[in-house]
Amino acid sequence: MTSQTETHTRTTPTRLRRVVIRFAGDSGDGMQLTGDQFTRTTALMGNDIATFPDFPAEIRAPAGTLPGVSAFQLRFSSFDIHTPGDAPDVLVAMNPAALKMHLKELRRDGILLLNTASFGALDLKKAKYDKDPRSDGTLDGWRVIEVDLEARTREALAQSPLDTRAKDRCKNMYALGILYWMFHRDMAPTEKAIAQKFAKKPELVAANLAAMKAGYAYAETTEIFQTAYRVPPAPMRPGTYRNIMGNQALCLGLVAAAQQAGIELFLGSYPITPASDILHQLSTYKHLGVVTFQAEDEIAAVASAIGASYAGSLGVTSTSGPGMALKAEAIGLAVMAELPLVVLNVQRAGPSTGMPTKTQQADLLQAMYCRNGESPVCVLAASTPADAFDTAYEAVRIALRYMVPVVVLSDGYIANGSEPWLLPDVAQLPPIAVRYAPAGAPGEKFQPYARDPKTLARPWARPGTPGLVHRIGGLEKQDVTGNISYDPDNHQHMVDTRAQKVANIADDLPPTATLGERTGDLLVLGWGSPRGAITAAVGRLQRQGHRVSAAFLRHLNPLPKDLGDLMRGFRRVVLPELNKGQLALLLRARFLIDVQSHSQVNGQPFKSHEIENHLSRVLAELQEEVRR
Amino acid sequence: MTDVQRPPLSKKDYKTDQDVRWCPGCGDYAILNAVQGAFAKLGKLPHETVIVSGIGCSSRFPYYMETFGFHTIHGRAPAIATGVKVGNPALDVWVVTGDGDAMSIGGNHFIHAMRRNVGLKILMFNNRIYGLTKGQYSPTSEQGKVTKSSPLGSVDYPFSPIALALGAGGTFLARSVDVFGAHLEDVVCRASAHTGTAMVEIYQNCNIFNDGAYRSFTDKEVRDERILYLEHGKPLLFGANKDKGIRFDGNFEPQIVTGGELGSAFVWDETAANAAPAMALATMSEADFPVPVGVFRRREKPAFEAGVRGQIAAARQQKKQSLHDLLHAGEIWEVR
Repeated sequence: MTSQTETHTRTTPTRLRRVVIRFAGDSGDGMQLTGDQFTRTTALMGNDIATFPDFPAEIRAPAGTLPGVSAFQLRFSSFDIHTPGDAPDVLVAMNPAALKMHLKELRRDGILLLNTASFGALDLKKAKYDKDPRSDGTLDGWRVIEVDLEARTREALAQSPLDTRAKDRCKNMYALGILYWMFHRDMAPTEKAIAQKFAKKPELVAANLAAMKAGYAYAETTEIFQTAYRVPPAPMRPGTYRNIMGNQALCLGLVAAAQQAGIELFLGSYPITPASDILHQLSTYKHLGVVTFQAEDEIAAVASAIGASYAGSLGVTSTSGPGMALKAEAIGLAVMAELPLVVLNVQRAGPSTGMPTKTQQADLLQAMYCRNGESPVCVLAASTPADAFDTAYEAVRIALRYMVPVVVLSDGYIANGSEPWLLPDVAQLPPIAVRYAPAGAPGEKFQPYARDPKTLARPWARPGTPGLVHRIGGLEKQDVTGNISYDPDNHQHMVDTRAQKVANIADDLPPTATLGERTGDLLVLGWGSPRGAITAAVGRLQRQGHRVSAAFLRHLNPLPKDLGDLMRGFRRVVLPELNKGQLALLLRARFLIDVQSHSQVNGQPFKSHEIENHLSRVLAELQEEVRR
Repeated sequence: MTDVQRPPLSKKDYKTDQDVRWCPGCGDYAILNAVQGAFAKLGKLPHETVIVSGIGCSSRFPYYMETFGFHTIHGRAPAIATGVKVGNPALDVWVVTGDGDAMSIGGNHFIHAMRRNVGLKILMFNNRIYGLTKGQYSPTSEQGKVTKSSPLGSVDYPFSPIALALGAGGTFLARSVDVFGAHLEDVVCRASAHTGTAMVEIYQNCNIFNDGAYRSFTDKEVRDERILYLEHGKPLLFGANKDKGIRFDGNFEPQIVTGGELGSAFVWDETAANAAPAMALATMSEADFPVPVGVFRRREKPAFEAGVRGQIAAARQQKKQSLHDLLHAGEIWEVR
């Protein structure tokens, strides 16, 4: 932090270009809410911002223990940023367990705001501290601010009718008040939000706001804070913005696309972390005609969506990896019946139950190949919370145009992370056409597999339409007529046709955009959530003069047609992904190019400096090769 | 759906150009005939009718019906049909399934369709065997059944599909037999008229792998003595001369009554709120008592799709929001 500060007196706040703050506390301490409030306020003040909530799967792990620690990291800046940052500049630790879990990542010389209320012997033991870390040198090297948040909050709420427990629950707001003063944030947005959140409980509104204001005043008047900081707004593209999380953006993308197509949206879903919020949110859109169905299981969820698509709606199902495994057979049916279907997989750390609240990108091969037989589907990936809107929109477009299932891969990091989203102009959204088969002439036999010559899509024949009576199903069908067929030549033809139909999707795709030149020493390919970390790392290397570029793939099946040529324009291709090299495997097989995988599978997103270090080593190797 | 065709009048209108490929002598032929007869009687419009099936011999059914048909995957037909019905409640949606498809691999979807009361008409062909996989015991096979997968006899206990559906809250539950043509046709018609889920269990003979499973009570010679026809508002009487009856004791244990006690036979009320009499009939011993056919239960209850659609219609009335406003909801800010 010191490298970017210009120190002034207290009255003139120190200017910073970017700050990383991490709130860490017990699951019940309200860290997600605190982080969320700081995020909203900061977004409204014009900074670019990126967030990363990191919470345990347990709803309430035992209080004060290490597994119960919940954290929320956010980074805001006066320039365009791509990740929620690597090491925090400020750590708010609400108890010894939070301190133990997160101190090691706090930047040296960074600020530690430590709640000293619960540092009894038992608290220390729960956090696995043998000695009090405040007195044994553990905290040396950081700027430590000790505040007994519980005592201060109780003082501030002396007049409140709440009981002590309820008062103690306001201590996160006291901490938020302190940080609002430190970083010159406006308290008004939070006042408004709290008033809305607890609209039916005025005493809670009063207490939370009193605690926040007391924290703000405390920071302003006490001597323990030598300085406050100002992070001026970032220059951003003109337009209207809102802060958006990935799951929200997926929902809005689906709704926008369905409205654009003039078609009803049907979601069949079964709750699963981290995808449940999609079901929650879409179920609030009944006024927009969205039908949501909480099914009895993952299979019924996708099956009902297929049924709805068969009946003429846009069938969607949302899940995470384990649910995806259960849906495989039904997705195969949608491939065979050639019906539109959108499958959202918000990936989490596997295998099996794995780590439900942690992020991973290891379901790509599952999306591609988890079904029996030759069963091609379109696979797309969202790369940031805002990008999830466009990706969902594109998924609907493809599913309807080609009559195919489309799998959209997101992940826990995108789902719960947030960023400012430049709102699209509704009038400028790409058109999506739906063509139901028209009523048939009397006496004429309907041909359910008579295809569009360009896309190879079959007609969408809604039940209820006169003259279209026909039978389809999972058995192999004769092309055109749809009669059951075991004919070898027909099966070969249908396998090839279903593959070609998916391959044809690439005809619509624009050239792959690159960050940097289209030829050079090193191309860094990315898909999904590592985009931010890759962008930051590549940007720094480019500024150092390296001939390095990056490209990000939304379309993973089919791949863009120009991808092979693009890769061949570089001496080396590196692909960072949060799995054991799944896209690298596909690209190597498809293009016979030595794509080098940079793999991380620890449940955490990439840190940009780690990617930068890796790329620097690759660049050094390339220079070494030149010298030799 | 505005272009209404002339209602078909004969079974022929529901026949397709596909060759029927069940084994010669299979009970499914008789069921197909009865269903086509019922549809003709009801004047169902082929283009407004959808038949969804799963996997198994019975699930070939849609190919032989001149309606919309969707032959799907094993056990999932009720779930897919739920999507069809909620997607377009105007459609007349039927599920054709079997004892393996509905009771075993698809048991979950079956009970939840019952619980929700989705407007589906489920025809469950029960032959007490797996036919398409060539003869393994099913969840309705009697214990001790010797099959390819149970050479020493099956250890599993069977369950009664009617009892299962009763427990799951089914609102229309009936049973008929493949060879009871007129009775089956009538039950199918009554199922069709029901709001919400209607389930008809159809005892069906598999002449290849479980031949004669029901002969002990369906053969013409024994039928009168062994079948109990459930008739709404009438006492539970059976026998050629209706000289035997069924009553229940205080624990709903069934008892056979004759002679002077005939007057104490239970008067059947298919609309009763209390499911206990229907449960007693659905679970009474086939060996010791006559086998009930007809309507076990018929309760009026709003259908699931009507509830879903009602919420949407009400929400649309209450709140109008353009796509622009939806996207701009929440805290927004301008960058100039």
